[in-house]
Amino acid sequence: MKYTDYYAALGVGRGASADEIRKAYRRLAQKHHPDVSKEPGAEAKFKEVAEAYQTLKDPEKRAAYDALGSRPQGEEFRPPPDWARQHGGAGAGSAQFSFDDADFADLFSRFGARSGALPGEDFEVPVEISIEDAFLGTTLSLSLSLPDYDAAGRMRRVPHTVKARVAPGAVDGQRLRLPGKGGKGRNGGRDGDLYLDITLKPHRLYRTTGHDLYLDLPLAPWEAALGATVEVPTLSGPVSLKVPAGTSAAKKLRLAGRGLPKPRGGAGDLIAVAQIVVPGEMGERERELYQQLADVSEFNPRRHFAAEGT
Amino acid sequence: MNIEAEVLWLDEHREVSLRELIDLSGLREAELLELVHSGVIPANDRPGAGYHFSARVVTVARTACRLRDDFELDTRGLSVALRLLERVRALEEEIGRLRAELPR
Repeated sequence: MKYTDYYAALGVGRGASADEIRKAYRRLAQKHHPDVSKEPGAEAKFKEVAEAYQTLKDPEKRAAYDALGSRPQGEEFRPPPDWARQHGGAGAGSAQFSFDDADFADLFSRFGARSGALPGEDFEVPVEISIEDAFLGTTLSLSLSLPDYDAAGRMRRVPHTVKARVAPGAVDGQRLRLPGKGGKGRNGGRDGDLYLDITLKPHRLYRTTGHDLYLDLPLAPWEAALGATVEVPTLSGPVSLKVPAGTSAAKKLRLAGRGLPKPRGGAGDLIAVAQIVVPGEMGERERELYQQLADVSEFNPRRHFAAEGT
Repeated sequence: MNIEAEVLWLDEHREVSLRELIDLSGLREAELLELVHSGVIPANDRPGAGYHFSARVVTVARTACRLRDDFELDTRGLSVALRLLERVRALEEEIGRLRAELPR
């Protein structure tokens, strides 16, 4: 296992008082707590800080930690052979604790462990799926390393693959609970749960809000002016959309029920947002026709600029 | 090891009882009830059946438990923090909706 410098994680010296440790933890927790901070990497940073505090705030655990000596962060090491027996933590002071397949934090996780039924740990996992998967439903295959205990109470981390069928209709921020798929309970305690926090990947065409989809609909000036029937891509295939004559940019054209399905039936809408696009390059004939239009039209899109009082 | 998992949606179509919410969140009953009475955790109080909750609030109650443990907050502190987080969530949802409406 790799050595973790808990004092460095909290930014305090090895001789820091309990009060200094608590203040350092609070300052860093307020900055990095995943419920407060949306900075990238905040959750991982908070876990480091919380793990360090859990050990250093407890005099017994701190003494055991200090007995491991000071080493460079991340250095590969094994605790001395009599460390578990002397410090009573990992494996309740017995030779039962296996240092194989254990994380550094696991050394201190069993200090003060209550006897009797112990529920397994819950885990929360962020999962990103495509809009197409949200539309059709998908089966997720999650690779996790979860703590497990053998009959002698030895803790080890075991790789699990959890398969979960996500029915059609998930939206951004959807939470799912997988009962009993978290850490194993002990002494008859219930197994922990796995919570999935679904986010939708950005899509090249669609933007989502809830079950509704937004799509930019580029229109040629004559399509917008005269009206047209255009083909629009939807998640279930192309459909025809009637663009009314006189459609201005930013006008929203709604295709009811063509958004993401709702879990209990029905679906959101697909909203096509009109954009008027002019050709970058025009042929001579096209330019002539535009010029003719400019000469005959009395349309002034900026008439309101001249309103009284402006 | 391959495990086929049961999947429960934490949405408004599923309900949990007070006892389930206590088990799932890690909050104590008195704490949960205080958050219910302060209006931070919405509940349905059915005569004879006690409090029931939309499964949506499981996430809120679990957040409350995390904040309690990680910041050593009491229920009054939790109530303020949860109200602010809910406002942030609602504003982020509104920003997301407005962004979705904007052309690229």
